[in-house]
Amino acid sequence: MTEDMMKKPRVGLFVTCLVDLFRPAVGFASVKLLEEAGCEVEVPMAQTCCGQPAYNSGDRADTIAIAKNTIESFEEYDYIVAPSGSCAGMLRKHYPGLFKGDAHWEARAAAFSAKVHELVSFLVDVMGVDRVTAAHSGSVTYHDSCSGLRELGIREQPRRLLATVSGLKIKEMRDADVCCGFGGTFCVKYPDISNRIVEEKTANIRAAGADTLIAGDLGCLMNMAGKLQREGSDIEVRHVAEVLAGMDDRPAIGRGQG
Amino acid sequence: MQITSPAFKENARAALADAQLQKALGNVREGFIDKRQRAVDALPEFDALRDSARSIKDHALAHLDLYLEAYEKKVTEAGGHVHWAETGADARAIILEICRAAGARTVTKGKSMITEEIELNHFLEKEGIRPVETDLGEYIIQLRRESPSHIIAPAVHLTKEQVEADFRRMHDHLPFARDLSEPESLLNEARRVLRAQYFMADVGITGANFLVAETGSSVIVTNEGNGDLTQILPRVHVVVASIEKIVPTLEDMGQILRVLARSATGQDMSVYTTVSTGPRRPGDPDGPDEYHVVLVDNGRSAMLGTEFQDMLRCIRCGACMNHCPVYHAVGGHAYGSVYPGPMGAVLTPSLVGVDKAGHLPNASTFCGRCEAVCPMRIPLPKMMRHWREREFSRGLNPATQRYGLRAWALFARHPRLYRLATAIAIPALSLFSAGKGRFRHLPLAGGWTKHRDMPAPEGRTFMQQWRDRDALKQGGQA
Ligand code: SF4
Repeated sequence: MTEDMMKKPRVGLFVTCLVDLFRPAVGFASVKLLEEAGCEVEVPMAQTCCGQPAYNSGDRADTIAIAKNTIESFEEYDYIVAPSGSCAGMLRKHYPGLFKGDAHWEARAAAFSAKVHELVSFLVDVMGVDRVTAAHSGSVTYHDSCSGLRELGIREQPRRLLATVSGLKIKEMRDADVCCGFGGTFCVKYPDISNRIVEEKTANIRAAGADTLIAGDLGCLMNMAGKLQREGSDIEVRHVAEVLAGMDDRPAIGRGQG
Repeated sequence: MQITSPAFKENARAALADAQLQKALGNVREGFIDKRQRAVDALPEFDALRDSARSIKDHALAHLDLYLEAYEKKVTEAGGHVHWAETGADARAIILEICRAAGARTVTKGKSMITEEIELNHFLEKEGIRPVETDLGEYIIQLRRESPSHIIAPAVHLTKEQVEADFRRMHDHLPFARDLSEPESLLNEARRVLRAQYFMADVGITGANFLVAETGSSVIVTNEGNGDLTQILPRVHVVVASIEKIVPTLEDMGQILRVLARSATGQDMSVYTTVSTGPRRPGDPDGPDEYHVVLVDNGRSAMLGTEFQDMLRCIRCGACMNHCPVYHAVGGHAYGSVYPGPMGAVLTPSLVGVDKAGHLPNASTFCGRCEAVCPMRIPLPKMMRHWREREFSRGLNPATQRYGLRAWALFARHPRLYRLATAIAIPALSLFSAGKGRFRHLPLAGGWTKHRDMPAPEGRTFMQQWRDRDALKQGGQA
């Protein structure tokens, strides 16, 4: 084993349940980007979900059980990286608070949370990546997902890297920082309100005039893709990692083969 | 007002289908957000001021009893009277007694959310006393017999055309042919009509943005000057204020004022900031003969020391609702209570019970924009989640939701089971989509597919594929 390899940071990839189930390409794109940035990537098999559905439904007991499983599966790594601002926000900002009053777990959670990052901000802020080698011909518009933006301060990092994708042009939409109406279980608990919010969003997306919509969270992307498709739009929808990793040759979200 | 929060879903559906309302709600989006941003950008120390505003209120809340007593002492020294009301009913009874003693038939009112909360107007009318709202927005909704739909812009749910029609209907002593096409002409007409009322009123009732312990003063901020006329012209001035309005000193008030108007309307300051301390003294050119303060608790002290205490920092600026996508979609009335938007979603369950107002803290995407703009740094999403936790632990949410969640959590807690189940279900679901990549309909996901397509899983899960890749790699190395 060379010295170089020994110094590589070991990253545990938190795949996120939606990527695992609906869009594996985002997971592979994340691995590629992390490896290119000089990380050694592992994917612990015992991971499931970050626990947000339970947490945001007021179910503390299940949230805590899920959080313990996540912490145990990942605490050995130098960093824990997730291709989602929402899940990374949950792991980083909300886990320690779950264990208030339980000194042992509170300390473990705090140590774990300090190592958690969202993928693109990790590449830029921690690994110092300032360009990617991918190419993408056409224009994209970027939606700032809420948790990434407001909990983790992710705004410039994805735009900075996207600007280095050869052939890619960014066209900003109006109100890029306004919620898309997904909100996890919100979109099925209050479908009509969620629909009104996403309608507003897709109107802004279409007005931006880009061929592709990009964001860093698969939940938001599935919501916006589903709405655009219902509206008959042919704007393609992709996760930012796919474009940055040059893995945008496969069908866009919700597009299938036939 | 009648609490209709339990019917939030139905209210929301009606609001979404109401074209007039949707048009009016466009004004919230356009009117408040950019103005606030400009005001904030122009004040580099804005965030530092937010921190100091938060500490001032936290300190005041930690010593609430002390400051309230100090305040009472100062009011009394200045010749005023302080009345303590534990509930809305207590407050109404106290106010009625003051009005009766003054022989009041007409009372003018400045804009005040607490009198909406305790349903004062309705009560006074029943007792034969005529309340007249003097803030333009409040005046309009009083004409329409509605409740406010926003805490600083009570008539924001209406279009200019609707107000014009109301004025023509209600002010039928004025010539029909008059021009009311501009907002200014509406404002001037309301001014003229109200002017007469100020002189008829025996009692003037105002709320308070602040109570200052150091001086025993109550403070209101307005843009129309109606508050001044309400409290100076009648013989008796009654201030109705909830207990958390207290700040220690005038200097503290000044600090919080600097974030209030900027957050609310994007103004540096409201047009009028009116400080009143006690009744008219000998030699004063004007002022009331009697000065009363009704301090209302109505559930506040029960929030102290709980996870909801931070909500008592709220200064009612309205920024949270101005930036809320749910408020933008359905407007204030859908919330079915006095306080709408994110602050209402936290406060209303404290006031009327989470069993009635349970929808409100649930109807949020947790986008966090409210917390990001709240000048008092109130963690609104966190407190909505606390309400959800209370609901969950009391078994108040629908059974289908609970069972669905428990079933999902069972898998999420057991990774092997989860892997196994998803490895079977996901490829099957993918096949079921027949290569189209999405579903237009999906059993059990009607909430989603009613309005949008559902992207389908693309085949095997990431974990299945990763495991194969790993096995291949290791095989290759061996
Ligand atoms: S919660 Fe914050 S933003 Fe909302 S009204 Fe109160 S002070 Fe203003």
